[in-house]
Amino acid sequence: MTMIETSTQGKTEDISIPKLEKIASQVRRDILRMVHGAKSGHPGGSLGCADFMTALYFKIMDQSKDFKMEGKGEDMFFLSNGHISPLWYSVLAHAGYFDVSELSSFRKINSRLQGHPATEEGLPGIRVASGSLGQGLSVAVGAAQMKKLNQDDHKVFVLMGDGEIQEGQVWEAAIYAAHHKVDNLIASIDYNGQQIDGPVEEVMSLADLKAKWEAFGWIVIESNGNDMNDIVEKLEHAKSLTGQGKPIMNLMRTEMGYGVDFMCGTHKWHGAAPSDEQLEAALSQLEETLGDY
Amino acid sequence: MTKFSYTEKKDTRSGFGAGLLEAGRKNNKVVGLCADLIGSLKMGDFQHEFPERFFQVGIAEANMMGLAAGMAIDGHIPYTGTFANFSTGRVYDQIRQSIAYSGKNVKICASHAGLTLGEDGATHQILEDIGMMKMLPHMTVINPCDYNQTKAATLAIADYQGPVYLRFGRPKVPIFTPKDQKFIIGKALHLVEGKDVSIFATGHLVWEAIEAEAILASKGISAEIINIHTIKPLDEEAIIKSVIKTGCAVSAEEHQIAGGLGESIAQTLVRNNPVPQEFVAVNDSFGESGTPADLMKKYGLTAEHIVDAALKAIERKS
Repeated sequence: MTMIETSTQGKTEDISIPKLEKIASQVRRDILRMVHGAKSGHPGGSLGCADFMTALYFKIMDQSKDFKMEGKGEDMFFLSNGHISPLWYSVLAHAGYFDVSELSSFRKINSRLQGHPATEEGLPGIRVASGSLGQGLSVAVGAAQMKKLNQDDHKVFVLMGDGEIQEGQVWEAAIYAAHHKVDNLIASIDYNGQQIDGPVEEVMSLADLKAKWEAFGWIVIESNGNDMNDIVEKLEHAKSLTGQGKPIMNLMRTEMGYGVDFMCGTHKWHGAAPSDEQLEAALSQLEETLGDY
Repeated sequence: MTKFSYTEKKDTRSGFGAGLLEAGRKNNKVVGLCADLIGSLKMGDFQHEFPERFFQVGIAEANMMGLAAGMAIDGHIPYTGTFANFSTGRVYDQIRQSIAYSGKNVKICASHAGLTLGEDGATHQILEDIGMMKMLPHMTVINPCDYNQTKAATLAIADYQGPVYLRFGRPKVPIFTPKDQKFIIGKALHLVEGKDVSIFATGHLVWEAIEAEAILASKGISAEIINIHTIKPLDEEAIIKSVIKTGCAVSAEEHQIAGGLGESIAQTLVRNNPVPQEFVAVNDSFGESGTPADLMKKYGLTAEHIVDAALKAIERKS
């Protein structure tokens, strides 16, 4: 086991890609152990977005040392597809927002780690509740506009699921953000092609997403969310595209369940917990790099 | 003779518009959002004076609620404006998750509430909004009665930390509360002292209650009139104290019986001091097109209906 040190909050400019990959490996272990421990949760999407969120918190975003709800003078992140909460909790804990030991309380009574992210219990790192889908983009746009009003040139990031954007509110926000030139906003879509009832293509096809967002007046970039090199490069590129009068959309191809062979590429692990044997088989595929909680 | 008089009638929504402008001048954290109803909501003066703090969101109320939640994060105080129907029922889940559950300091300002928007009919006449909003944890619910009170409430909620539902209306109604009356959230106002029946009224029904008091007085009945402008948190102390004196209650509001002020009062009475209570409110029905006056009469929300309810409540005492 190779132990590596993670920084507390505040990105590490020169953190290497292999180090980010090692953090993502530990985050994936945490996700599986949390969902197994709670006997419920959403491992598929969480595993698929582990590389993206690791890159965001350890490389891309500029954050303060202490969590403050107001988020002034720092980048902000909103998770709209709140069901991938175990991923967010693990990344927040390793980034220093709270102790990793708290991850064991996920989805249990009297916990700050609710099934879907919430502010009610005061978990550091969370600025709005999410889980009922389609709301996070609106919230992120509002927060981004206030950054502009405050002349704070930091960015606002938001992640949505691909199935999630079947919600109409997303498109209200898409029209609004372009019209109001909210160009300090970098949205990403977890484009894994899966939703609860099956492939998005079968449930309700999104057709040409790139054309859709471009037609709505957004700058669209495409990335591979399971290639750390690519996701870091594309997010850096996205940052360089801010301030040009248009919001930015990162269409991020991922594989649901990435990192565990038998969970890969299927909607079956969208919202199912692994058994003891399945957990063991899954963990054997993921290096313990920071120590299990 | 009624103990209250008026020289002018104005719409409560204009009180909101004036209050928002003043709130904007007093506090540069106040921001306004409107879903394509600037004229109806009287938000034009605020927009004109503070264009950088005003956001036109178009006909997209769900997005407006999310935007407002996001804008509240860094300490801004968003006031959203649209009709009561589109401020509540249409966006209930957005308010629930992004605003109430997330504890966001958003002021949901709703015009054209109740039957008195008149001719547009039931699609626009929401009579369930108080119920929906009062059920949400963390939410404060306010329904002022005239121009002055609406203006004062609009200012007061800027200084209160937490989500608020502020409900007002379209028609011109008498201005009878003092211009300089301080608005204290959650504090009922005693308008008339009485001993035979307690009449608890909110919104447009407060003036009707005042007129009812005069009619009752002419029949030798002493009615106590209390203006409950804040439905949540409810001034339970004022309610209990009043019914201990009078022994019966009437509630009056431009809302369904289910979920309204009367229901909140009934809960308070049952738990503390049960007395007969009559409800002046809409009884499990949608509204329809018509003039405000015709609608209030047809759906039982006039001074005469309050008088009848008071007589019935008094009769039930023995």
